[in-house]
Amino acid sequence: MLNRHEILEKHGLLLTVAILLVVAVGGVVEIAPLFYLKSTIEKVDGVRPYTPLELAGRDIYVREGCYVCHSQQIRPLRDEVERYGHYSLAAESMYDHPFQWGSKRSGPDLARVGGKYSDAWQRQHLIDPRSVVPESIMPPYDALDRTPLSYADIAKRLKANRAVGVPYTDEDIEFAKKDLEAQVNPFSDDYDAFMKRYPKANVRDFDGNPSEITEMDALIAYLQVLGTMVDFKTYEPKENDR
Amino acid sequence: MLEKGTAGGAPGGKASGPAPGADDGYDGPILGVFLAIASLLALIVAARTSDPKMQVHAFVFLAAFLIGGFALGVRHYGGLVSDKSSYMFGVVKAGVIASMFWGLAGFLVGLVIALQLAFPHFMYLPDALWENFGRLRPLHTSAVIFAFGGNVLIATSFYVVQRTTRARLWGGVAPWFVFWGYNLFIVIAATGYLMGITESREYAEPEWYADLWLTIVWVVYLAVFLGTLLKRKEPHIYVANWFYLAFIVTIAMLHIVNNLSMPVSLTESKSYSLFSGVQDALVQWWYGHNAVGFFLTAGFLAIMYYFIPKRAERPVYSYRLSIVHFWSLIFIYIWAGPHHLHYTALPEWAQTLGMTFSIMLWMPSWGGMINGLMTLSGAWDKLRTDPVLRMMVVSVAFYGMSTFEGPVMSVRAVNALSHYTDWTIGHVHSGALGWVGYISFGALYCLVPWLWKKKRLYSNALVEWHFWISTIGIVLYITSMWVSGIMQGLMWRAYDQFGFLQYSFVETVAAMHPYYIIRALGGGLFFIGATIMAYNLWRTARGDVSAREQAPAGGLAAAPAE
Repeated sequence: MLNRHEILEKHGLLLTVAILLVVAVGGVVEIAPLFYLKSTIEKVDGVRPYTPLELAGRDIYVREGCYVCHSQQIRPLRDEVERYGHYSLAAESMYDHPFQWGSKRSGPDLARVGGKYSDAWQRQHLIDPRSVVPESIMPPYDALDRTPLSYADIAKRLKANRAVGVPYTDEDIEFAKKDLEAQVNPFSDDYDAFMKRYPKANVRDFDGNPSEITEMDALIAYLQVLGTMVDFKTYEPKENDR
Repeated sequence: MLEKGTAGGAPGGKASGPAPGADDGYDGPILGVFLAIASLLALIVAARTSDPKMQVHAFVFLAAFLIGGFALGVRHYGGLVSDKSSYMFGVVKAGVIASMFWGLAGFLVGLVIALQLAFPHFMYLPDALWENFGRLRPLHTSAVIFAFGGNVLIATSFYVVQRTTRARLWGGVAPWFVFWGYNLFIVIAATGYLMGITESREYAEPEWYADLWLTIVWVVYLAVFLGTLLKRKEPHIYVANWFYLAFIVTIAMLHIVNNLSMPVSLTESKSYSLFSGVQDALVQWWYGHNAVGFFLTAGFLAIMYYFIPKRAERPVYSYRLSIVHFWSLIFIYIWAGPHHLHYTALPEWAQTLGMTFSIMLWMPSWGGMINGLMTLSGAWDKLRTDPVLRMMVVSVAFYGMSTFEGPVMSVRAVNALSHYTDWTIGHVHSGALGWVGYISFGALYCLVPWLWKKKRLYSNALVEWHFWISTIGIVLYITSMWVSGIMQGLMWRAYDQFGFLQYSFVETVAAMHPYYIIRALGGGLFFIGATIMAYNLWRTARGDVSAREQAPAGGLAAAPAE
């Protein structure tokens, strides 16, 4: 049979096609089923698309490369579940374009960091990590506290997310800018409409500076919602065994 | 029979010149029109965008296209169109210089971020998001993998394909377009990271427009490579070219699928991935692992298959083994991606498939190692006298080591400990510094005297210094990462006598400190080694020979340094 290999060695195009066929198999077999096997993503209650402010915060999380040192994926191992909380479900990142599971923990996992620390702690820690955790090796993000959030295009960002499958409604997109502003102001007139669109969302001034919406506001809003959406009271692990 | 297939393309057929390049003629005008259209597009984006980062990049593109157009004009009207009856080595020379430049840059950024992890107190500037670890780390990985590694691959593939087919590169000016286009992609990617433009897909961070640009460049690269193969004068396609071809074809497939995304608008840098969550994770690691498999393995195996036989002046050990290990390697590698996602929300059947194929991958990997090492049969004595050959052989040994370590780490039980720790970082660097780095250095040490038509390197003693300094550096790097990784993994899962977790997370961070210093020291030594190499290559290109190594009588100048 090895003698027949000569045919490939003498025909460049044939060799190219053969290579392409051989390398295509693995990906097709492994990846394609994830799109149609219903068991891939568990049935859960509570996971909703990100609010405009959370999405803007997530974009900052991506921009700063937080995923380089922080995973967002708790494994079903005893120590991880005790340290970080319930192991991560596929459903929790189903609206994450792109996923932020990470691959390295130079810092702790953040999959369930939401609600674990106060906003003030998060802000201080981001401004100067070593002022609250002396042994920390994290870079400082003081600049975020001073940079106004740029969100003129927030509706377009929601729209782009809808184009890749996040179920934002026309209304969500129309009111994206208002919703973003409503989330940092509990006394705004848009509060009720916002809460209707994004149930259980955190509404408050996240960075302690009500005079402007900063990148710090957005990032903390995102961190505070991480891992808090799924209602584990109604979650049946056995039904979702894969 | 053994060497029949490879004999046709025995490295470096010097007997006769290449086939004349009758294919080019329209290449200049086509490129000119393309550059004009591209300039116009860049200008429109620069004028219309409301995204300041996008505007910077639009101007970088515009400047590059205009300079390209100007160079094309000078080439055409200045009568600089080169002699088409000879090999096209100018672009290979340019690739060698770019490799060395990007290598030094990438190693230096690596050293900086290693120091940031060791000394966070004074390695960060206030108010400077651009130099935070999160932005510099992609800069480091892209600079070493794609800028250094990519330029080495482009340069060597253009050299090897011409030598082993006895044909001039196809496409007229197209190889130059590939070289400059690829390096433009690098500049866009690197400046983008510093400005915070990223898709956050590891080893595929550049945004959608940079990805589109790379796709164009890559298609032309494939056309040039394949075009040259098709007009070859040798009956057989030499084994190194199978590997280069697999590398080019597969990277195209991976790059396109992994980077599918929806831009916020055509004038904004930001985009959102087409896939989400679990599917996105597997697509990304299907890409990520095969960037290792096809960029950092198949491509560099091609280098091994040309430069080691050539340098050792021995034929490849086994033609049969080349065939078996080539096809099994490229078939099996693709499946291994899910081992990056053990114990995650990825369905278990996919994890198991990934683990199984990762373990099987050990065999074809070692097939390549054996074929490389055994090529020295009958020439082992050269390891004593030729430090360049020694560097390449040690490289193959590192390849063997990391392709054994990889399957071990892909076992789910081992991965439970190793994943998320520095063990992975150490594993990557034994492959990257030891295998990819050393085989590239070996190829560059070979290429500079060949291309600049010098009899020998400026100094073999400096190659010895480079070899030993960076080998000590690699050993410090990988051993410190083994210790810190395994230690951190064990600390995370340690319980005290009352059944509580014994260590807080930050205690495990504090414990890493000494190992991070050792790692930075190792990286520093590797960088110093590379600067010695750059100096040696520069003096070689100038035609100097070290005073100490000026041949006495009898031509025994290549004696090893003491």
